[in-house]
Amino acid sequence: MTLKHFIFGRLGLHSLPFWAAVQHPTPENIVNGVIATGAASLVIIGAVVTACLITYFGKWRYLWTEWLTSVDHKRIGIMYIVIAFVMLARALIEAVLMRTQQAFGLGGGFLFPEHFGELFSTHGTIMIFFMAMPFLIGLINFVMPQQIGTRDVSFPVMNSVSLGLTMAGAMLVMISLVLGKFSTGGWSGYPPYTEITFSPGVGPDYWIWAVSLSGIGTMMTGINFAVTIYKRRAPGMTLMRMPLFTWTALCTSILMIFAMPPLTVATVLLALDRYLGFHFFTNGFGGNMMNYANLFWLFGHPEVYILILPAFGVYSEVIPAFSGKRIYGYTSLVLATMVIALLSFVVWLHHFFTMGQSASVNETFGIATMMIGIPTGVKIYDWMMTMYRGRIRFAVPMVYSLGFMMLFVIGGLSGIVLANPSIDYQVHNTLFLVAHFHNMLIPGLLFGMLAGYHFWFPKAFGFRLNERWGMASALCWIFGFMFAFFPLYALGLLGFPRRTVAYYNPIYVPYMAIALFGAMIILAALICLVIQLVVSVMQRDQNRVAAGDPWNASALEWSVAAPSPDYNFPVLPEVTARDAFMVAKEHGMAYRPPERFTDIEMPKNSPLGMILCVTGSLAAFGLVWHMWWLVALAMLTTVAAVIWHGFVRDYERIIPADEVREDYMRWLKAVAAAEPVSREEELAHQNAGLADVHELLEAAE
Amino acid sequence: MSGNMLDNPGFSLRASYHHINREDEVMFGFWVFLMSDAIIFGLIFATYATMVAATAGGPGPKRLFDIGSVAIQTGALLLSSFAYGMASLALRYRSGRRKVIACLLVTLLLGFVFLGFEVHDFLTMFAKGGSPDTSGFTSAFFGLVPLHGLHVTVGSIWMVVLIVQMLRYGIDDDVRLGVQRLALFWHFLDIVWIAIFSLVYLGGLA
Repeated sequence: MTLKHFIFGRLGLHSLPFWAAVQHPTPENIVNGVIATGAASLVIIGAVVTACLITYFGKWRYLWTEWLTSVDHKRIGIMYIVIAFVMLARALIEAVLMRTQQAFGLGGGFLFPEHFGELFSTHGTIMIFFMAMPFLIGLINFVMPQQIGTRDVSFPVMNSVSLGLTMAGAMLVMISLVLGKFSTGGWSGYPPYTEITFSPGVGPDYWIWAVSLSGIGTMMTGINFAVTIYKRRAPGMTLMRMPLFTWTALCTSILMIFAMPPLTVATVLLALDRYLGFHFFTNGFGGNMMNYANLFWLFGHPEVYILILPAFGVYSEVIPAFSGKRIYGYTSLVLATMVIALLSFVVWLHHFFTMGQSASVNETFGIATMMIGIPTGVKIYDWMMTMYRGRIRFAVPMVYSLGFMMLFVIGGLSGIVLANPSIDYQVHNTLFLVAHFHNMLIPGLLFGMLAGYHFWFPKAFGFRLNERWGMASALCWIFGFMFAFFPLYALGLLGFPRRTVAYYNPIYVPYMAIALFGAMIILAALICLVIQLVVSVMQRDQNRVAAGDPWNASALEWSVAAPSPDYNFPVLPEVTARDAFMVAKEHGMAYRPPERFTDIEMPKNSPLGMILCVTGSLAAFGLVWHMWWLVALAMLTTVAAVIWHGFVRDYERIIPADEVREDYMRWLKAVAAAEPVSREEELAHQNAGLADVHELLEAAE
Repeated sequence: MSGNMLDNPGFSLRASYHHINREDEVMFGFWVFLMSDAIIFGLIFATYATMVAATAGGPGPKRLFDIGSVAIQTGALLLSSFAYGMASLALRYRSGRRKVIACLLVTLLLGFVFLGFEVHDFLTMFAKGGSPDTSGFTSAFFGLVPLHGLHVTVGSIWMVVLIVQMLRYGIDDDVRLGVQRLALFWHFLDIVWIAIFSLVYLGGLA
């Protein structure tokens, strides 16, 4: 082994994205090289520009002390959502590229099959693990502790470590654009294709370690959230008084605790096959790839509900708030959530009806799958009944919710179709399936997350997002989705296989063209979101909601200032009813200073999360490129850092009672100065976050 | 738990962050983690069960396992759990740091005996032509049993760290919680080992 090989492992000049085009400048090589190099340059330019801007404004210290090492659940939540948006942008651009390729794919198109394979693999991996998961974890992190009336999660440092590991995984996927190639095995990474025999390159290794890092982080997040909800609720906050978003957060956390281990097992066993010559999933020597399919979907199916339940929670907060009513059927919504969580563990086999098991096995899982439609239907009806005779305002979160309710039902119906094994045999692995799960995840998950983003943004930053650009974006998402994915149902029924780079039957072309048109509208939706953020930040002083309750909402997070103080609640609230803050407002008990203030102990910042982020990504990078010295060094540093953390004894800081009182009184003054606004004026500048409660009470009578 | 409604649901009863019944919260969190870890072991057990016959012409359990060595490992691990139990009692009845550390050292020693025999077994298996890359069966074996060994190793390192912490800080709240959590972990590994002993070794040799 040469020194170069010892230091750099498999890494070399050929790992650069433009190398093939330079060595063999054929037209195809150049087109693919330019696209890959463009993407790699975007990553590098993005990183360099960000670093330069931070240096220019002298914000490194601020970033380190106020954000990266912060263990404040609100900041960690916001950082998760930042990751989600960055990754959303990348994976969405990839989706548009794939749509373009397929629109021109009659007889070839312009992308190499391998390049196309990388695109659908990274698109799926990113959207699930580095867009959807960070988004919902961020939202729960930000909202849940405030909803249950506590000051932080149970294990604040572990929260930061989870963030660090997710960040490390996301960085690894980004690095794969610059050095080497990502997996072409799809987001599910099925062996034997991803075994060393068929994929000897670094691709599957990038996939394995990126997914493992984020999977371990997510498992810890699940533990953290579940313990927080079980142990940290404010006095009087019984389970059946918890806001519905918190309920869905609890169910999602339980799913994370049980469903992330199978993913870790699947990826680690695959890694053992690839690195040490084990035979878990190989073709020969007694390997059995169907074990992988079972392990992966034992994770993969509950994962679907990990993704969707928090979005259901958001809808259960948004719909009553913008209908001016209490939620209809609270108990049935709780039960439905729990039933969905339970059923999610008994349907995994419907992902491989075609494996070859007996018809009765397929039938059992098919029926279990259809049964999930029942609790989901209950939820849809509950939301409809909540809106019934309400005073509905079409604010952006509500528009997303309505788009969701209509489109999600269509997606759900196509799911019931797929749950029938005999039909599934016909459309298995076609675009019909792709249309189905995008139909569940975009309206179901993403619309929910975006609705939550608009809904809680004022709580996080103290000002409302621009309504006009938000509306433009929401409509683009909804209509773009329809154009992009409804043709896919037809294509699937016409027998178009998924993950196909090119085709030779012109009948597909018009559908593909419509889908490309839809993808462009979705791209416009993303651009609108970016513009909205910029415009909103520029106009922030006109849209401040210092009093903290811009939507006349009902849970505890709205009972404090916006942005919420570090410690959330100057005095922990005592809860006597469901919709605690709404009840307080209606009885004139809100905004009353507590009798006395006490010192508050809060956890101190910790660098552990960021240390593990760096060592985790370095260890993974070393593993991908076979740089064993780097792996050893990074692992040892990880162990040392964790042990060091065990010796830390000084992990709390005190916020004196006087400071808490001052903050509180300043806020009360802002509340007193604010003019209560009616719901008609909700979206106007005069909305300072104080709701006119009487208006709705009168309407109710 | 009292009958007062305000006491029941959560534990955020005091104004300060630290005194929200920290012990209860940390121990509960660790139980949840063990539940998650138990899933990992359960899945690898299931994988083993599906692959035990997949020897692909290579050596099977009867040729590779040495029940005598495994019996010694079992004895060492069970005794180590007993010694850890003594450490927990010493902690509970505040018998002093010295006694706790002594019990932990005995545990550690027995843990090393276990690991030593286990590694020796693995090397013997290698020599008999049963390495992980031989067949699906050996893959599954080396996916399961060394995973338990890895857990024991991590537990041993944790124990050393706790002893050093005890020497430095005495038995403070953090050390106490650490010893209690490691106790759960160590006994959990015992239970997993009993499953391995029954399913893998006894089942394989039956």
